[in-house]
Amino acid sequence: MEKIKSLADLKKKREELQTSSQLLSQSESIQVRVAMATCSIASGAKQVLEVIVSECNKRSIPVSVTQTGCMGYCYAEPTVEVTKPGHEPVVFGYITPLKAEELVTKYFVGNEMLEGVIPVNYEKVEL
Amino acid sequence: MANNKKQIRIALRNCGFINPENIGDYIARSGYAALASVLGANNPQNSIDVIKKSGLRGRGGGGFPTGLKWEIASKNHADQKYVVCNADEGDPGAFMDRSILEGDPHSVLEAMAINGFCIGATKGLIYIRAEYPLAIERLLIAINQAEEISVLGNNIMNTGFDFNIELRYGAGAFVCGEETALIHSMEGGRGEPTFKPPFPAQEGYLKKPTNVNNVETFANIPAIILKGWEWFSSIGTEKSKGTKVFALAGKVNNVGLIEVPMGITLREVIYEIGNGIVNDKNFKAVQTGGPSGGCLTEKFLDTPIDYDNLIAAGSMMGSGGMIVMDEDDCMVSVAKFYLDFTVEESCGKCAPCRIGNKRLFELLEKITEGKGTMEDLDHLKNLSKVTKDTALCGLGQTSPNPVLSTIDNFWNEYLAHVVDKKCPAGQCKALKCYIIDTEQCIGCTVCARACPVGAIKGEKKTPHEISQEICIKCGACMEKCKFNAISIK
Repeated sequence: MEKIKSLADLKKKREELQTSSQLLSQSESIQVRVAMATCSIASGAKQVLEVIVSECNKRSIPVSVTQTGCMGYCYAEPTVEVTKPGHEPVVFGYITPLKAEELVTKYFVGNEMLEGVIPVNYEKVEL
Repeated sequence: MANNKKQIRIALRNCGFINPENIGDYIARSGYAALASVLGANNPQNSIDVIKKSGLRGRGGGGFPTGLKWEIASKNHADQKYVVCNADEGDPGAFMDRSILEGDPHSVLEAMAINGFCIGATKGLIYIRAEYPLAIERLLIAINQAEEISVLGNNIMNTGFDFNIELRYGAGAFVCGEETALIHSMEGGRGEPTFKPPFPAQEGYLKKPTNVNNVETFANIPAIILKGWEWFSSIGTEKSKGTKVFALAGKVNNVGLIEVPMGITLREVIYEIGNGIVNDKNFKAVQTGGPSGGCLTEKFLDTPIDYDNLIAAGSMMGSGGMIVMDEDDCMVSVAKFYLDFTVEESCGKCAPCRIGNKRLFELLEKITEGKGTMEDLDHLKNLSKVTKDTALCGLGQTSPNPVLSTIDNFWNEYLAHVVDKKCPAGQCKALKCYIIDTEQCIGCTVCARACPVGAIKGEKKTPHEISQEICIKCGACMEKCKFNAISIK
């Protein structure tokens, strides 16, 4: 990223970034976020991320996988948030590496829900 | 599930949404906009007033008004001042700060820079424990990225304001969370507290005015600046504004990291957000405030949680550990667990803490072994009070709290251990008594063969008996019995 040279420049940069993330959400690719805090990694999130990436590659599914911090659902780690084009984000809990494959074959490809969906239980503050 | 949006995420607004290793994600969610607005307005006192009016109080546990702390530091003049972020999270079972640093490191960096501009400091230090390698890694990446695009470092966004942040690693001593001990540790000295005053705002790191705030406190700052103090102070109770992050742990179904508005009740936290007690057992108590806090019982389930109510109830807010206990937890053992922790973590500088806590621990050990007397209980109460009144720093002044609070709320449990020599929860090994039910026992001899000390006698096909003098309470017999004939009394 280039240097931010003024306060107005930061605003411009923010708008650019927001536009590009909007474009990404309107594209055909599935957005995947894997919680990767210490606790998530300890329960296997790294392998889960690898499985999702390789399974999607195998099937040529357009996907964008990123890591994120703690989602707060310690009881259900590893947790993965999936946003399919035109769908609301869904958070899946208890995604072991084995279940990650199932997530790709069932939810990504088909539209079959898996068990362990975590309902949104908070209000998020937007700045 | 009944957990219908009881949570509001302010400090955790980006945790679990952005990639913490990509500054672009943070900027897209209005990152560094609060810093830009503070720098653009160029009126530090005004920004301090916003924080003051918001009612934000220190989230490390003490609850000191943050804006006031900033103002004191801003009014002390010196050639160099410092901003310190206290990331020495040490309460057993607490991981709020680690999660924020791992999930949204920039929010803390941005807030430190805002703090620096407000009080006239150009240097920031984050005191973080070396046991948090991932948090350290992500912080270093974040600092690097922020400096690269000039939202941190020298001449931030061409405004002429410099602010540089460095990390200082702690070796994981609990007492180093106390601000004076933290500062000594950063200076390379022993992590021992000193008497206040002088407060760090007067004479802190390298004897210069220093503002120390906790990770979660900082994480709230950009939101307050961007959304205004009126918005922030509309959340919470009269004297405790905003939200609090808790690490919900123990015997609750949905353990996790939660952020709730001040004023929520324990019942809502445990039964709605936490989805109730594991295996539908009965709720007994919840421990807040870690080794400095106390236990809240059933009668406080509907008390709104805020700084003042928790203190009135005999506990404290603390940094945010919340451990739920059920009917199977022995409260004397819980007090013993925390005292064991404090004995281990006491720096040893003052006698009340070094010796007092050790004696408290020994008394509790004696009680859990069934050797306690009524005099010991008096002694326990008395020594707790003396330690509280005479210890040098916050660690020793609060370490007897788990004892006092369990005595207040669970006096009968102490009496049961001392008078009846029984542990009602069946936790204290020495007080357990394994008994064979003669109606159920068919004399299969499996238990007698499993017993490592030969405490079980009996003829084949006739009911067996356990000799209490020989029994070492290992439980091997109970595990092996196929007829549920052995129980603990």
